[in-house]
This record gives sequence, structure tokens and C-alpha cells, in this order.
Amino acid sequence: MASVTMEAAAERQAQDRQPGGEALFRALCFSAATLLLASLAGVVASLAIGGWPAFRAFGLGFLTSTEWNPVTEVYGAAGPIVGTVVTSLLSLALALPLALGVSIFLVEFCPRTVARPVAIAVELLAGIPSIVYGMWGLFVLAPWFATHVQLPLMMHLDPDSWIGHLLYGVPNGANIFTASLILAIMILPYMSAVFRELLLTIPAQVREAAYGLGATPFEAVTQVLLPYVRRGGVGVIMLGLGRALGETMAVTFIIGNSHGFPHSLFDSGSTIASTIANEFAEATSDMHTSALIALGLVLFVLTFAVLAIARLLLATQKH
Amino acid sequence: MFKTFVALAGVAAMAGTTAFAADISGAGATFPAPIYAKWAEAYKAQTGVGLNYQAIGSGGGIKQIKAKTVDFGASDKPLKPEDLSASGLYQFPTVMGGVVPVVNLPGIAPGQLKLTGPLLAAIFYGQIKSWNDANIARINPGLKLPALPITVVHRSDGSGTSFLFTSYLAMKSKAWGEKVGASDTVSWPVGLGGKGNDGVSAFVKQTQGAIGYVEYAYAKQNKATYALVQNKVGRFPQPDAPAFAAAAAGAKWAAAPGNYLLLLDQPGANAWPITGATFILVYKDQSNPAQGAQVLKFFDWAYKSGDQAAASLDYVPLPAPVKALMRKQWLTNVTAGGKPVYTPGK
Repeated sequence: MASVTMEAAAERQAQDRQPGGEALFRALCFSAATLLLASLAGVVASLAIGGWPAFRAFGLGFLTSTEWNPVTEVYGAAGPIVGTVVTSLLSLALALPLALGVSIFLVEFCPRTVARPVAIAVELLAGIPSIVYGMWGLFVLAPWFATHVQLPLMMHLDPDSWIGHLLYGVPNGANIFTASLILAIMILPYMSAVFRELLLTIPAQVREAAYGLGATPFEAVTQVLLPYVRRGGVGVIMLGLGRALGETMAVTFIIGNSHGFPHSLFDSGSTIASTIANEFAEATSDMHTSALIALGLVLFVLTFAVLAIARLLLATQKH
Repeated sequence: MFKTFVALAGVAAMAGTTAFAADISGAGATFPAPIYAKWAEAYKAQTGVGLNYQAIGSGGGIKQIKAKTVDFGASDKPLKPEDLSASGLYQFPTVMGGVVPVVNLPGIAPGQLKLTGPLLAAIFYGQIKSWNDANIARINPGLKLPALPITVVHRSDGSGTSFLFTSYLAMKSKAWGEKVGASDTVSWPVGLGGKGNDGVSAFVKQTQGAIGYVEYAYAKQNKATYALVQNKVGRFPQPDAPAFAAAAAGAKWAAAPGNYLLLLDQPGANAWPITGATFILVYKDQSNPAQGAQVLKFFDWAYKSGDQAAASLDYVPLPAPVKALMRKQWLTNVTAGGKPVYTPGK
């Protein structure tokens, strides 16, 4: 009886809408989703298997030791992990205010005729390959930074004060800070483009209401518009952070690539991605390869954790 | 109409298979990639046999030949004899190059600064921190050395150049050998890393008081300020093709098991102390004799007709006696079913 009515309902549905294709469409979507999950699981599994010898040999010390020595086959990832986290957070801190400023200006204050070209220019920045940023950083930014920022600072600051320690380093511009600067430029277009789209989704009535109540543009932006897109904003930040965490070529060119723990902001360091890029092609011993794959797993987990925290933040946010 | 089409397709397919079957595949070191490409081009024009060489790095080349995905592997770092026999491989050198220290010191021209092996080791170890150090001044009388701090620049990526350089430092300094060692990537005590020859040279150019090391060909093409290094007999030769050839001439290839030979600190009045050859890896027992023969034929041709191309790209060809020795080795070392795959003179 029940099956009869279901069949009848299905028949009615088929008559109501375009027949055919529905089941196939659903199956395609389902297989796309499963394929994605399966390949993700495959990546984790192969990284875990490949990195297992390193984890077994060094245990938790792999995460806390700063020694990375391919000759004696002792590997510790603390230096690259700290380098990755510091450059990513620093680049986010530099890029976020800029991205906010750019997108708010484009949406709220900029004349329409100017806004479009500027928006396109910002989006074009996103299309530049990272190696180009790396080379620009190495040949243009680093020397400029060394002579105009680093050297004057190092000469005028007391090297024994904490700020002197923080800004101590080799005066050639290849350091954690310039790498963060390059990263900030690289994640800026993504962040500002999405911020702009978010701000454009705010209904005109909300904006009108804010100004109707007598809000100044500053009040309207900070107290009405930004809170309105807060949830999306967290997503934008995480998108930028996720990209900064995994960026490889540009960082490899400019960070100075020294193993071990970075001791100051202007010290050269390394990130997980740059270490893998530098050493994977020439790693001949099994333990070296394994340690690099284990680094890959650490980066995966780190990125995953960032995205998980983003989801949690979004879930706890009240709209 | 249909018949002619089928016939044409058949001819095309046959032509296709013969052309593809004869192609040689290789992978590995990036340092000799330009000369292998140049040789391949000329060889293809002469014989119709192409070479597909992928410059993926020495480590990658060793991995690929061990996995048997290519006909030959290429490495700047020779495999140790025990490693060769464990994997059933044989290796032979193709061309040579040298490693030179490059510096950025105001007022000092290329070839003016003299250094010794132990001094280089002390500098790269971080023991000598300033350019006006008494130890550097002692062997550079008359040279006005600035009171600049020394910034060490090394390769950040794994590299055969680093392997040669650190091997040399380990040879010249006991402390370096014990505490740092020699490899394509080591745990550098001080300094910062640049990616590739370009990265090292850019950092050296940007930093006053910097010292790094690059391939000779790279230093020459970029007119870098190189320093001289004292050789075994106590002289300071200019780094150039004759100096690398001199290092190879004094080397005893016949006495090196598995051709494991680093041309470091070789005897000879004009021998450059940091010289090295780049190597080809093939299986001793060839499962596909035809392909194995093609590989050896190609390098036989390169030994015979490739010297000029090598010199034009600033590589140094092997001396004739070394080439003759390698050809002799091929007969006994690369076989299929006990028979040599290479026939001399063909």
C-alpha cells in the first residue's frame, strides 16, 4: 500500500517537473563529495605512513627539538614550526587592516568609476604567481629593506635592550619579517576581494537605517556594517591564514632558510613548506625523506587545526 | 579510400613506435642538465635517437634509477662502492666543474683574496667572525681587508655543490668533519641559506662582508668576485678550466673502486682544490640490453664529440685517458646475460 502511494507520488513529481536526470545528478554530487573525502583521507594516510619512521625514531622530540641535521640523521621540527606560525600570524596582522581598509574604501567611499578599476587591480595581485613575489622580494624588497630599515635600526638601537634583540639580524633583508611582509602582500588580494563581496551583500536598507539614525560613516562601518559581516569575516581571516601557512616558493626565496630556532624578528629562519621545498629533491636517505613527509603531516594538522578553530568560532558566534 | 587511410595510419604508427622505442630516458642532477640537453640535441640530429632528461636533482635521480623508471640516473654526488653493489648499479663520470668561494668586500677585485681550506672551514664554522682577522691578513699581505663582520651564505636546497664544498671543508678541518660533516644538506653552524646558485649569489651581492660558494660556471657568467683557495702543493691557482682539468689529471680513477672519487685537494701545481665530476648511474645487469646499449652509445658519442659543447657552457671535459678507462670499464661492468651491451667503435 505504502509503496503504491510512493510510486504515485514519484509519478506525480515526474509529471510536475522535468523528468530524468535527478538520480544521476544526486549520484554525481554524492560521488564528488565522497571522492573529496577519500582523497583527503588518502593524503593523511600516506603522510602518516611515510612519516612514521621519523615519528617512531624521534617521538615527541620531533616537534620540540630544534636540531635538523641530515648528516647525523637527527631531525627536529621546532624551528620550521615556529617559523611557519610566526610568519603566518605576522602576515595576517599586517594584511588584515589593509584588506579591511581597501574593501571598506571601495564599497563605502570610493566613487563607482574608480572603484571598479581599483577592485580589478587588487584582484590581479592574486593572479601573480608566488615565485614572482619571491623574486621581487629577493632582488627588490630585501636590499631596500636592509639599507633603509634594518641597518639604521641596528645602528641606533642598543643591542642589549629587548627591542635591540628583537630587531637583531644579518643586514641583508632576508628574514622572518620580510617573509611575512611578502606573505601579507600575497594574502591581501584574497582577503580584500572576499571582504568586498561580503560588504556588498549587506542590504541597502541596513546601511540606510544606520545613516538614518544619524550615524557618522565611521560609526556606520564599525558598529553596523562590520558586525553584520562578522561571521563571513572570520572565514576570510582563516582563508588568508590558511594560504599563508602553506605558501612555499615566495617564502623560500626571502626567509633566509636557516634551520633551527629563529631568535629575533630580523633573524633568518625557515618554514615547514620552505624546508620541504628545499630538501625533498635531494633527500636520499630514508630517514631524511621520512622526516620531510612527517613535516608535511605536521603542516596538514596545523592547517586543519586552524580551519577547525575557524569553524568553532563561527559556530559560537551569534548573529 | 578507407584502405589508404588504414595503410597511412599503419605506417605512421610504425614510424612512431620505432622513434619512441629508441629514445633514452634519464633523470637526476640539475648541474649537468644544460650540457645533457645540448648533447641530446646534436645527437638526435645525427642519429635520430632522442634523450628525455628530467633535471629533478641528484637525490631524485638516484631514487628514479633504483625504481627502474629511467634508463639512467644522474648524480653530482657519487654513490659509495658498497651502495653501488647493494643496488646492482655502476657509475661513471661525464663532465667536471668546480666550486668557488664568492665574496662581497668593498675594494677587493675577483681573484685578489686568498684563502686556505682550514680558513674556509673556520669562517663557515663561525670561528672567524671578522674580515680583518689576523689569520686572514697573514696570507693576504698587502691587501687592505675591511673591518666588516663576516656573513656566511650557503645553499638552502640540497645540492651537489654543497656536497663538494662540505666534503672539502671536512677534509681540511677535523672539527668540521666531526661536528658538521659532509652532505648535500648539512646543519650549517652559522649564516643564511639562498635557494640555488642565484639565491646564494643574490645574498652575497646584497650583503657587505658576505662569503658564499657557487658553481664556477655560474660565478664566471655572473662576473662574481671569487676568492682563491690554496691547493695541495701550496699554490693559489685561478679557478678556470685548465685548473679543473689539472685536478682531474692527477686523480687516480683506476684505483677508485666503483669510480667513487672526489677530485678534492688533488696533487698538481695548478689543480683547483674544490673540483668534482658529475656521474651517470646504470644497472650492471641490464634487463633491456638494447636500451642499455643506447645509453652507453650516447655517452660514448658525448665523450667523442661533446667536448666543445661542454667547454662553450663552461663545463670541463674529462681528460682522454679517463674517457678511455671508462670505455674499457663499460665492457665488463655493464652486461646482459654475461655479455657486454656496449660494442666499442659502433
